Amino acid sequence: MTNTNSQYRHILEVKELAVEFHTANGRFQAVKNVSFHLDRGETLAILGESGSGKSVSASAIMNLIDTPPGYITQGSIHYRGQDLLNMSDVHRRDINGAKIAMIFQDPLAHLNPVYPVGWQIAESLRVHGVDKDKANQRALELMKRVGLPDAQEKFDAYPHQFSGGQRQRLMIAMALGFEPDILIADEPTTALDVTVQAQILELLEELQAETGMGILLITHDLGVVAETANRVVVMNQGEIVESGLTREVFKNPQHYYTRKLIAAAPGHLGRQGGATGLREGRDALLSVENVVKYYGKFKAIKGVSFDLMPGETVAIVGESGSGKSTMAKTLLRLEEPSEGKALYKGRDLFELNPKELFELRREIQMVFQDPTQSLNPRMTVEKLVCEAWKIHPQLLPRAKWKERVAELLVQVGLSPEHAARYPHQFSGGQRQRIAIARALALSPELIVCDEATSALDVSIQAQVIKLLSDLRRDLGLSFIFIAHDLPVVRDFADRVIVMKDGEIVEVGEVEQIFNHPAHPYTRALLDASPDADPDVQAQRREKRERERRMAVV
Amino acid sequence: MLEVPRHPALTIMKLLWADKFACIAALFLVLIVVCAAIGPYFLEDAASKLNLRGRNAPPFDWSQGWLFMLGADSLGRSILARIAVAAQNTILIASCAVFASLVIGGALGLIAGYSSRRLGDTIMRLADVIMSFPSLLLAVIVLYMMEPSVLNLVLVLAITRIPVYLRTTRAEVLEIRERMFVQAAIVMGASRMRIIFGHMLPIVVPTLITIGTLDFAFVMLAESALSFLGIGIQPPDITWGLMVSQGKAYLHQAWWLSFWPGIAIILTTMSLNLLSGWLRIVLDPVQRWRLEMGGKNND
Repeated sequence: MTNTNSQYRHILEVKELAVEFHTANGRFQAVKNVSFHLDRGETLAILGESGSGKSVSASAIMNLIDTPPGYITQGSIHYRGQDLLNMSDVHRRDINGAKIAMIFQDPLAHLNPVYPVGWQIAESLRVHGVDKDKANQRALELMKRVGLPDAQEKFDAYPHQFSGGQRQRLMIAMALGFEPDILIADEPTTALDVTVQAQILELLEELQAETGMGILLITHDLGVVAETANRVVVMNQGEIVESGLTREVFKNPQHYYTRKLIAAAPGHLGRQGGATGLREGRDALLSVENVVKYYGKFKAIKGVSFDLMPGETVAIVGESGSGKSTMAKTLLRLEEPSEGKALYKGRDLFELNPKELFELRREIQMVFQDPTQSLNPRMTVEKLVCEAWKIHPQLLPRAKWKERVAELLVQVGLSPEHAARYPHQFSGGQRQRIAIARALALSPELIVCDEATSALDVSIQAQVIKLLSDLRRDLGLSFIFIAHDLPVVRDFADRVIVMKDGEIVEVGEVEQIFNHPAHPYTRALLDASPDADPDVQAQRREKRERERRMAVV
Repeated sequence: MLEVPRHPALTIMKLLWADKFACIAALFLVLIVVCAAIGPYFLEDAASKLNLRGRNAPPFDWSQGWLFMLGADSLGRSILARIAVAAQNTILIASCAVFASLVIGGALGLIAGYSSRRLGDTIMRLADVIMSFPSLLLAVIVLYMMEPSVLNLVLVLAITRIPVYLRTTRAEVLEIRERMFVQAAIVMGASRMRIIFGHMLPIVVPTLITIGTLDFAFVMLAESALSFLGIGIQPPDITWGLMVSQGKAYLHQAWWLSFWPGIAIILTTMSLNLLSGWLRIVLDPVQRWRLEMGGKNND
């Protein structure tokens, strides 16, 4: 080793890495010529949308790429001057887990459901040769350190007995066992609610300050990057398009892709032409009165009432367990309510007999969260859309089906040739467009969107929001838009309902909710949603810091 | 992507050609079906003509003519001719039994999975009763009380195999009904029938067909076991299973008596298996590209 010194400057250095996958469609370059480095005590974010190669790069560092079909064709990865790619497996295992640790998006999938969590954390220590008593003791310490309440009692609990945020804390505890130099966090907070996300990010920051580890954060969320990262690397289609200090990249993006990504961040699109003056002197299209839903003894919805005007968009925002999705399903009679009324054009939706309900199905449609799941994989696009007319034959004579499918596909931004294809041949955003086309086939008056954009990349999310706004303008549709965080609805909704634990905590016009939130929970929600602006985040951090100091005094 | 639309039969042929094993399997099955259809008309005499001088004649002895290339049985009858003639009974019994249990089991499974809980539970318990009763014992009892005939044999074999399809279908239906595209269909106003036949059946059927082909072998052997006990098909009628069991007594002196009909059973089930694997891929649009690629490998 002649140039050891220069390599030692960084704890992790990736140079000109290229990864190739061999598929039936030929060779696919997942990562092309990627170089970055990480120092102690800093956070480097790799920002990119799905398919950008960000996770593959991280897998290469942890030696997690399956060969075949994946091959590292070029480049080097050095940890403190040691070449990770040309190392024996034994040596490699000493570094993995002990020196370089990793946490994942879905902690439930990475915790074994049949062992107690304390045992699992201790196990991660035992595999590196710590004896049993010491390992158990250290595991308990770690569980306390990551802020699990009643760590002593929870030591023998099983993964399913913890909430999502607590599970992520457990994963972090497991990763911290040997005080690693490097923590790779692959979308660590994507599956969590915003308020929980804020807590986890704070925990990571604290732990970093304590141990001085370098964090490699892989995420698609601009807000999370703005909140935590010192430096950022932006990836698109396997290549690094831009890198630099977070603030500089966000304030002065050089590459057009970065500019596009930042412009697409939710809450930054600008109003998408909502209507005004809808509420004056007109009857509500839908008026929900005191709906209650029990699951056994558990009260999922505790008396919810709201109005929806024709042509209006109401957003229902809440974290998991707030009852927002149950509300949507109840309105569509996918779930039966326990009490309450929902007057649609003066008729109670909950009292309709099957025949009347069938007639009404046409007028109220739903777009689901995950288009991969909501489209039958065995049907072509044409069949999927035509099913609407098979069910309601009076809508359209059979001879016109083909023509109308083509029209609808154009309307949602696809092309008529797509009709013969199957859902799996499209990208996530295109699939959601198909789902929207299917909803439109029945010419509905009200569309309920249940997290319709949350499974999509930010730039795709922005496109779908734009599409929905255009449809609202052209067809005069009303929307109930259900989402788990606030920024998404800012650009699209007229009014916002904030729900928590089955109750409405605040209702108001969009501007009012965002600029003058009245309820503390709304404020907490707004503060917790990371803004894609490093300066805003810095201000918020300072504010939190001040409040904490005040609390201590 | 933009190919000129062709006749569907042509597309199927092309997809079959892409999988060479499935192609050979299909050819073999065509041969078996032809044997079953016309074999008895041409070879009935050869299959039943005794020739005591040629008892247990060894195979590959060309002096007796091509009919005896696979040897002769304990009464000097041509094994080749007997296999061809027995194909009719064997295929008829096995395919009727498999088809009946597949349809009945599949239908009951759909009902059990998609109807009220009580009805579903009742059906499942009935299936448990059949499952917990040794199927051969059941067959023995039923056939002892009733006349052993082809129809009764099919009936018994079908009943004992119903639970397999029933359970599989119900399990799949329970999983599919929670999927979001089913909810999407309900939101559009789709009736139960449309959901069951339009959304669930196309996903369940390939699984059922795969199980059916595996069951084909089981049913053929079960039938031979019953014939061996003397309550299945009775001589002079023949099936492959019966030929295997008749040859068992001569296994030491003349292995070919059991060997050739055994080979026929194995090759038939193997062909069905290969073909069902191919069919599963063809019916799944997500997998179909594997064949459309022209059978090119992953590398």
